Amino acid sequence: MSVEDWYRVDRLPHIFCAGCGNGTIINCTLEAVESLGWKIDETIFVSGIGCSSRAPGYISTDSLHTTHGRALPFATGVKMAKPNFNVVVFTGDGDLSAIGGNHFIHACRRNIDITVICMNNQIYGMTGGQGSPCTPKGALSTTTPYGMDENPFDLCELATAAGANYVARWTSYHVKELNQAITFGLQKPGLSFIEVLVQCPTNYGRRNKLRDVQSMISAMKDHALLKEKRDRLLAEGKPIPDGMFVVGTLTDRNRPALGVKQ
Amino acid sequence: MQGNDACAEGAIAAGCRFFAGYPITPSSEVAEQMARKLPKVGGTFIQMEDEIASMAAIIGGAWTGVRSMTATSGPGFSLMMENIGYAAFTETPCVIINIQRGGPSTGQPTMAAQGDMLQARFGSHGDYSVIALAPSTVQELFDLTVKGFNLADRFRVPAFLMSDEIIGHLRERVEFPDEVECIPPKPIREGMLPFEPEDDLVPGFTPFGKGHRVHVTGLTHNEKGYPASTDPDLHEKLVMRLVEKVERARHEIADYDIVNPDAEIVFISYGAPTRAVRQAFLDAPEKSYGHLNLRIVWPFPEDLLKKFKNARVFLVPEMNLGQIAREIQRHVDQPVIPIPRLGGELHIPAYLLKCAEEQE
Amino acid sequence: MKYDVLFSGFGGQGIILSAVVLGRAAAMYDGKYAVQSQSYGPEARGGASSSTVIISDDPIQYPKVLEPTVYVIMSEAGFQKFGAGAPKSALMLIDSGLVQSRPQCRCIEIPATMKAKEVLGKPIVANIVMLGALVSVTGIVGFEAMEKAVLDSVPKGTEELNIRALELGQDIAQKGGDA
Repeated sequence: MSVEDWYRVDRLPHIFCAGCGNGTIINCTLEAVESLGWKIDETIFVSGIGCSSRAPGYISTDSLHTTHGRALPFATGVKMAKPNFNVVVFTGDGDLSAIGGNHFIHACRRNIDITVICMNNQIYGMTGGQGSPCTPKGALSTTTPYGMDENPFDLCELATAAGANYVARWTSYHVKELNQAITFGLQKPGLSFIEVLVQCPTNYGRRNKLRDVQSMISAMKDHALLKEKRDRLLAEGKPIPDGMFVVGTLTDRNRPALGVKQ
Repeated sequence: MQGNDACAEGAIAAGCRFFAGYPITPSSEVAEQMARKLPKVGGTFIQMEDEIASMAAIIGGAWTGVRSMTATSGPGFSLMMENIGYAAFTETPCVIINIQRGGPSTGQPTMAAQGDMLQARFGSHGDYSVIALAPSTVQELFDLTVKGFNLADRFRVPAFLMSDEIIGHLRERVEFPDEVECIPPKPIREGMLPFEPEDDLVPGFTPFGKGHRVHVTGLTHNEKGYPASTDPDLHEKLVMRLVEKVERARHEIADYDIVNPDAEIVFISYGAPTRAVRQAFLDAPEKSYGHLNLRIVWPFPEDLLKKFKNARVFLVPEMNLGQIAREIQRHVDQPVIPIPRLGGELHIPAYLLKCAEEQE
Repeated sequence: MKYDVLFSGFGGQGIILSAVVLGRAAAMYDGKYAVQSQSYGPEARGGASSSTVIISDDPIQYPKVLEPTVYVIMSEAGFQKFGAGAPKSALMLIDSGLVQSRPQCRCIEIPATMKAKEVLGKPIVANIVMLGALVSVTGIVGFEAMEKAVLDSVPKGTEELNIRALELGQDIAQKGGDA
């Protein structure tokens, strides 16, 4: 078997925009499941609504493309009814943290044995660029025409506080690290949460002075601060530079988990 | 045994092995009983964070090929509507128990009503069809729960057990059969697509993990299951089929009792008010009114109304303002008189007799 | 023969359990038909709770009691809410230590809570004392049927206490109650 077998080729071409980061995340995920020798017929991909949630439709396993925000409770049903399935959820920042916020914290609290990959493009891409709970302060969107004036969620801190066993953040620039994080998360008993910052040139970059894909990726690369470096700065009492976000493995622990394969 | 406990027993007997729910009066005993029983029979109980999640979880469970159920009451039923539409559109067999209480809103948590009958039929957005059963005894809460699973599987629809606080909390004697008939969904046939209908308009069911690699989506989809949401003809054909597969089978699905079909004055009831009608008939043996008791309310068995050839008037006691009376009136020329009772208490038999006498 | 029995008291006295036990005795051990239902509010403890049982030789259609023929009342609030309007033809058993008012109908005074405390050291079994008295006065179900139903329903380790409570109630009633 090869990684190509995991693609539902009769569904291609996909609907993602040119320059969208979602494809990178799907590729990293499928390489990870293939490298682990997972079986297509024992693996279920589940998603809600949004650009990210179209991913399972391009993957050749059994899959559930569900309602907005509800991927996690659907996935919980699949995993609890048949713990022998490997269950992976694709979601986005709006799907997961706005309409699905309560399901997110409860899935983490249960520490259910699934892997959740959140493509965080900081915007509602599919519906035309409205602000999300992860839109940074001051950023422009169609519903924040004068700049976002609410505070954004830190999804990783949320997942950690709520009880997930494994939490990591990377970006679509950090392909190698992301692949390693997903590979690790897939094997980890309990809930693994991997947040990936992805570029949305169409609905985020265009309105926020990041006109091309390259400048969006550069911005992510330049503002990513390795967790180890952040910890060192803190230990030395030095300030964290403005506008930086932390990447790396943020939580890795072995709390009791639910729905683990027997 | 209490009605809600009998319902859980029926579910276990029917092979239900996954329950996801959220506590709500007056249905919580169903969840409590499932929590006690399921682990002993190799099943799984999970208490979800709300009813939206509960409905989502049982759909997930159903797609693994496990008979799955939830139980709730009015406020929770409202929250479930989003994913009930998903279950209808994705043809997911599942069972939803609704122990009805007084609404709207929080209303009367500890009192009975039948105010969710139209919501069961039309509550989620868009056109679709479902099956709804209505027990009037504790025994029927057992029997119709079993039947609900079989019908959900047979037609690949959400099936609703529309009971109420009176029957759910009533204790009376129940007899459990040694074995109940469990009819699994027909499997997908060789060469067929996962959403390709057979002659009865129902596609064969292909749960996850069987190698069919089915993509299930709440978007308008083709027979492969792939999204095709901008194809007007495909959407129309799909929605028509989902409605037709249930509606045209209403004779097969119908479950009812008829008393005195030659009567001129005919009561039609379902659920708890059926017992008030039966008591009224016992109290006035000299009267010869007719009675149609419905154990299946949706799809509405309209042809049964024609069995009352001499009917001059239909009297419909309901614990709502005439939800099914309105449906009956669509199908007959005779007057249909609702006898509503709100507030949580059952119709008084003497009052039903008075209503009938006024029509003599 | 048909009995429409209403139990009332405050939440926590075991009012609903009493009705369940009586229904169980009739349906499971005495070859009769029984239906039991209850009205309840949001409180888990306190409040005026009530529960009804219909016991009949014939199948029971209407599950609710419209006019009780037998009342078992264990609190003044329960009396005011459910018992004060009892018709003259009815029979009422009251926990005479807890109910101050008296009805117009035939009334048998059973100091159940006081005696349960005095004789058994456990006021919690007052409801079972009332059941013992009820069986003795009405013969609604046989004493043995009631015994079996009580044993089915009480926590392990309390069987002897509850049977003694049942016998205590029978004893008080046979002596004509408090009155």
